[in-house]
Amino acid sequence: MNFLSLFVLIPVLMTCAMFLLKDIRRIRAVMVTGASLLLVLAVTLTVMFLGQRSAGNDAEMLFTADVLWFAPLNIHYSVGVDGISVAMLLLSSIIVFTGVFASWKMSPLPREFFAWYSLLSIGVFGFFISTDLFTMFLFYEVALIPMYLLIGVWGTGRKEYSAMKLTLMLMGGSALLLVGILGIYFHSAPEGGQLSMNILEISKNTIPMNAQYLFFPLTFVGFGVLGAMFPFHTWSPDGHASAPTAVSMLHAGVLMKLGGYGCFRVAIYLMPEAANELSWIFLILTGISVVYGAFSAIKQTDLKYINAYSSVSHCGLVLFAILMLNQTAMTGAVLQMLSHGLMTALFFALIGMIYGRTHTRDIREMGGLMKIMPFLSVCFVIAGLASLGLPGLSGFVAEMTVFVGSFEHTDTFHRVFTIIACSSIVITAVYILRMVGKVFYGAVQNKDHLALTDAVWFERLSVIVLIVAIAGLGMAPLWVSDMIHESLAPIIEQLIK
Amino acid sequence: MEYTILIVLLPMLTFIVLGLLGMKLKACTSGLIGTLSMAVTTVISYATAWIYFTGARVDGVYQKWVPFNIEWLRFTDTLHIDLGVLLDPISAMMLIVITTVSLMVHIYSLGYMKGERGFERYYAFLSLFSCSMLGLVLATNIFQMYIFWELVGVSSYLLIGFYYTKPEAIAASKKAFIVTRFADLGFLIGILLLSFFTQTFDFGVLTSGDRSIFTQAAGTTFMGCSVLAWATALIFVGGAGKSAMFPLHIWLPDAMEGPTPVSALIHAATMVVAGVYLVARLFPVYYFETPEVLHGVAYLGAFTSLFAAVIACVQTDIKRVLAFSTISQIGFMMVALGVSGYGGHNGTGYMAGMFHLFTHAMFKALLFLGAGAIIHAVHSNEMSHMGGLRKQLPITHITFLIACLAIAGIPPFSGFFSKDEILAATFSFAPAMGWIMSFIAGLTAFYMFRLYYNIFWGTPAEHEHEPHEAPASMTTPLIILAAVTCVAGFIPFGKFVSSDGADYIIHLEASVAITSVVIALIGIAVATVFYRKKSSIPDRLEQTFNGLHNAAKHRFYIDEVYLFITKRIIFNGISRSIAWFDRHVIDGAMNGLAFVTNKMSFAIRGLQSGQIQQYLLVFLAGLLLITLLVLVC
Repeated sequence: MNFLSLFVLIPVLMTCAMFLLKDIRRIRAVMVTGASLLLVLAVTLTVMFLGQRSAGNDAEMLFTADVLWFAPLNIHYSVGVDGISVAMLLLSSIIVFTGVFASWKMSPLPREFFAWYSLLSIGVFGFFISTDLFTMFLFYEVALIPMYLLIGVWGTGRKEYSAMKLTLMLMGGSALLLVGILGIYFHSAPEGGQLSMNILEISKNTIPMNAQYLFFPLTFVGFGVLGAMFPFHTWSPDGHASAPTAVSMLHAGVLMKLGGYGCFRVAIYLMPEAANELSWIFLILTGISVVYGAFSAIKQTDLKYINAYSSVSHCGLVLFAILMLNQTAMTGAVLQMLSHGLMTALFFALIGMIYGRTHTRDIREMGGLMKIMPFLSVCFVIAGLASLGLPGLSGFVAEMTVFVGSFEHTDTFHRVFTIIACSSIVITAVYILRMVGKVFYGAVQNKDHLALTDAVWFERLSVIVLIVAIAGLGMAPLWVSDMIHESLAPIIEQLIK
Repeated sequence: MEYTILIVLLPMLTFIVLGLLGMKLKACTSGLIGTLSMAVTTVISYATAWIYFTGARVDGVYQKWVPFNIEWLRFTDTLHIDLGVLLDPISAMMLIVITTVSLMVHIYSLGYMKGERGFERYYAFLSLFSCSMLGLVLATNIFQMYIFWELVGVSSYLLIGFYYTKPEAIAASKKAFIVTRFADLGFLIGILLLSFFTQTFDFGVLTSGDRSIFTQAAGTTFMGCSVLAWATALIFVGGAGKSAMFPLHIWLPDAMEGPTPVSALIHAATMVVAGVYLVARLFPVYYFETPEVLHGVAYLGAFTSLFAAVIACVQTDIKRVLAFSTISQIGFMMVALGVSGYGGHNGTGYMAGMFHLFTHAMFKALLFLGAGAIIHAVHSNEMSHMGGLRKQLPITHITFLIACLAIAGIPPFSGFFSKDEILAATFSFAPAMGWIMSFIAGLTAFYMFRLYYNIFWGTPAEHEHEPHEAPASMTTPLIILAAVTCVAGFIPFGKFVSSDGADYIIHLEASVAITSVVIALIGIAVATVFYRKKSSIPDRLEQTFNGLHNAAKHRFYIDEVYLFITKRIIFNGISRSIAWFDRHVIDGAMNGLAFVTNKMSFAIRGLQSGQIQQYLLVFLAGLLLITLLVLVC
C-alpha cells in the first residue's frame, strides 16, 4: 500500500474507533495516538521528501500511486505530493494534533464530536494528497459536511444560523467548482482523445481558450469562497464566531487553505492562459479583501470577530499573492498559508481558552488579564506579534516574500495594489495592539475575573506546539521556502508557456 | 573574526533564557545575568572595535569587513536576505556607543528598578533591545536592517508599556509602535523599490561607488521625480519615524511613560538615532544619486530642531523637556548629514553628524539617568515639585551640570566640539542656515539651564520624605558617563570616522567657535536671570506672548491633529463605515438571497398540491399552448 494513503487511513480508523468506544479516557487515548501518528507521519514524509529531492529525484510528484476507481468517467484514486502538499500536510497534522488537546474537555457528546472531527480530518488530508480532480473534490466535500454539524451542535451563540450560512455559502462555492471541474474534464484531451481527471495529465494538454475563459472564473471563485475572497467572505465571521474552539482552529487553520491550494493546483495550473488574462479582476477583489478585512477588524469588539476579519485580510493576501503569477510571490502565498494557518489556530485556541474562563469574548468587558493568567496572555501577545509581522515569527517571512514577489511587476496597476496590500501591515498593527491593550493590559475590569486560573497542561501543550512551529518557521525559513519555491516551477512554466 | 556574531547572539540568548526561566529565578539573579551578559558583550564589542580601527586601514582608507554572513531567506537568485556582521567605521563606532550606554543602563537599573514587579521581564526586554539594536547597526544588507529595525520597534513598545497597568503607558506604547510602523511602511516600500531596480539588498554593493546599478531607477520617473528619488525619500521616511522627525515626532514625548533608564537607552541614546545611522549608512547613495533628497533631509532636520527647541522651553515635565531636546539634537545630526559633501573637507558634515551622535548619546544618557535619580528622590516628574536639590543630591547635581554644559556647547565638554563642527559645516553650506542653527544652539542652552535651575536651585518644594542621593549602583554610571562627557571632545574623531574613510583632521574654525560659545553663554545668562532666583520676568513674558506660549505648551497642537485623523477619520469614518457596509450590504445581500429563495419556494409551493385533476389541467393547457405555437410558427 502506498505510504501517503496512511494519511487517509489513520483518520478513517479513528472515526471507526469512535463508534466502538464509550469511555472518555479511551476516546482521548485514541485521538491522541491517531493525531500523534499523523504528526509523526507528516514529519517523516517531509524528511523523506527532502531526502529524495536532494538525492536528485526531480519528478513533479513523489510517492505517487494510482488505482482506477470508476472507469466510465476515468476517475482514479491517485495520490502524490510535491513540496507544496508536503507543507500543507505538515500544517494540517500540526493543527489536528493541537486541536485534539484544545478540545480535551469537550462536552456534551465528546464521542460524537471526535468522530466528526476525525471525519473532517479525512477530508483535509485526502484533499492535499490527491492528484485526481474528482477524488480531490470528493475529499473537499467530506471536509465541508461535518462542519455543519460541528458548528450546529457544539457551537455557541447563533449557532444554527451560522452553521447554515457557512454550509450554504461553501456549498454554493462547491457547486461552481463542480461545474468547473466537469468543464475541465470534458476539455482535458483533444477531440477523440481519452478524457482525464488526472491533474498531471491534463496539464500536458492545453484546454481551449473559450473553455478556459468560462471555467477559470468558476473554479477560482469556487475555491475563492473557501479562501474568504471579498465579497464571498461573510460566512467567515459568523461561522468562526459560533464554532467551537477546535473547529475554528481547523477551519481557519486548514480548511481555508484548501481554497488557496485549489486555486493554484487546479485553476491556475490547468488554465494558465486564462489566469494570465483574467487575473486582474480577481486581483482587485483580493486587494480589497486585504485592506477591507483589516479595517473591519479595527471596529469589532468580539475577539472571534476580530480574528475572523483578520483572517479575511490575511487569506486575502494569499490569493492576492497567487494572482501575481510569479514564483516568488507564489512562494510567499504558500508561506502565508502556513503562517496564517498556525497563527490563526493559535489565536482561536487562546480565544477559546479565555472564553472558557471569562465566559465573554467582548473586549470591552475584559481587561488586565495579564496579571490573572500570565501564560495565556503572553502567548496571546506572541500570536498578536506574529500576526502583525514581527521578524523572527512566521508572518514576517511570508509577508515579505509576497511583497518582494509582487514588486516584480512594473506596471502601475500592480504597483498600486501592491502598495495598498503593504499598507495592511500598519492597519494590522492597529487592531492587534488595540485588542491586546484592552484585554490584557490595564486594570482588571471585572472583579470576578480575579478568581480565574491560568492554563492547564493540555492547553499549554497545544499552545506551545503552535508557538514553536511559528517561531521555527519565522527563524529558519530557508528550507521551507526553498522546498516550496522549486515545487512551483512546473506551475510557472505553464504560465509563461 | 566570526566571533563577532556573538555580539548579537549573546544578548539574544540572554533574552531567551530570561524570558523562559525568568519567573523561576530570583529577581536579583536575573538582573545579574542580564548585566553580566551585557558586560561580556561590551568587552567583545570594544575588542572588535579596537581590532577594526587598528587593522582595517588599507592605503589610509578604512575597508569594509564582513566577518560573518549567512543566507537566511532567498526570494530570487539575486535577491536574498542575509544575516551577517558588517564592520566599518560607523558600525564599529555604534558598537561602542550602544554597548557603553546599554551597560550603564543595565547597572543603573539594578538600583532604579529594585523591587519593581516584573524585574526579570524588564531585563529580558533590555536584552532583546540590545540584541536588536546591535543587529541593526551590524547589518550587512538593508533587509537585515529592516528586520532588526522592526525588532527594535517592538522592544521599544514592550519597554514603554512596561507598567502595563497604567493606561497612559499602554496608550503611549501603542502610539509609539503605530507611528513608527507607519513610517516603516515607507521604509519597506523604499527598500522594495530600490532593490527591484538594483537587484541587491547588500550595503556593500549599494555603497560601492558603482553608479551603474542605479541608472535604471534614476531613468524611470514617477510623478515628476525619478523612482530612485522616491525610493531614497521613502527610506528616509522610515528613518524619520524612528528618529522622531517632524511630523512623525509625536510618539517620542509620550514614550517617556516608560521607566526612565529605558528612556535613556532607547529614547535618547540609541534607537532614536537609528534614522541618522540609516542615512549615514546609505550616504553615498543619497549624496551621489539623489542630492535633492539629502537637502530635504537637512531642511527637515533644521525645522524639526527649531520646532522641538521652542517646545522644550515651556514644558514642565523634566522628562518631556529632555525628550524634546533629544528631538532637537537629532535634528542637528540630520542637518549635519544633509549639508555634508563627500570626501576630505567637504565631508565635515558627515563626520560632525556622527561625532554629535556619539557625544550626544553619552551626555543625553547621562541627563536621563540623572533625571531618573531625581525622580527616584522626589517621586515626581514635575519641575514644580523640585527646586533646591543641589544640596541633597550632590553627585547627581554635578554630573547633571556637566551634561548641561556639554549640550549647551561650552568648551571643553564634548558637545562643544561636535556641535561646533556641525555649525561650521552648515555655515559653509548656507550661511542663513548656519545662523538659524546657531540660534537653536542658543535656545538649547537656555532651556537646558532653565531645567537645571528649576531642579537644583530656587526654592525647595515640600516633600513627604527628605530627598536623598541615589545608591551607588545608580551614581556609578552617572560618574562614568560624566567622565566620558568631559573627555570625549578631545577624541580625534576624524581619524576614525569620515565620509570616505580617509583620515580627516578636525580643526576648529575660530569665528564659528567663538560665535557659538557666545550665543550659548547668552542663553545660559538669560536662563540664570530668569530662573536662578524667583523672578517675575518669565511670567510677564508668558503673558505678553500668550498665544505662542500656549501653542508651544500644547506642542503646537500636532497631537490633536493626529487624534482627529486617527479617531475621527480612520476609526469612526473609514473603519466604522466599512464594518457597517460589511454587515448590512454584503452580508445583507447574502441574507437577502436566502430570504428570496425562501419566499420563492413558498410561492411556488402551491403548485405541488397533489391533486391529479389540477395537474391534468395544467398538462392539457401546456399541451394546447405548445401545439398552438407549433402551428403558428
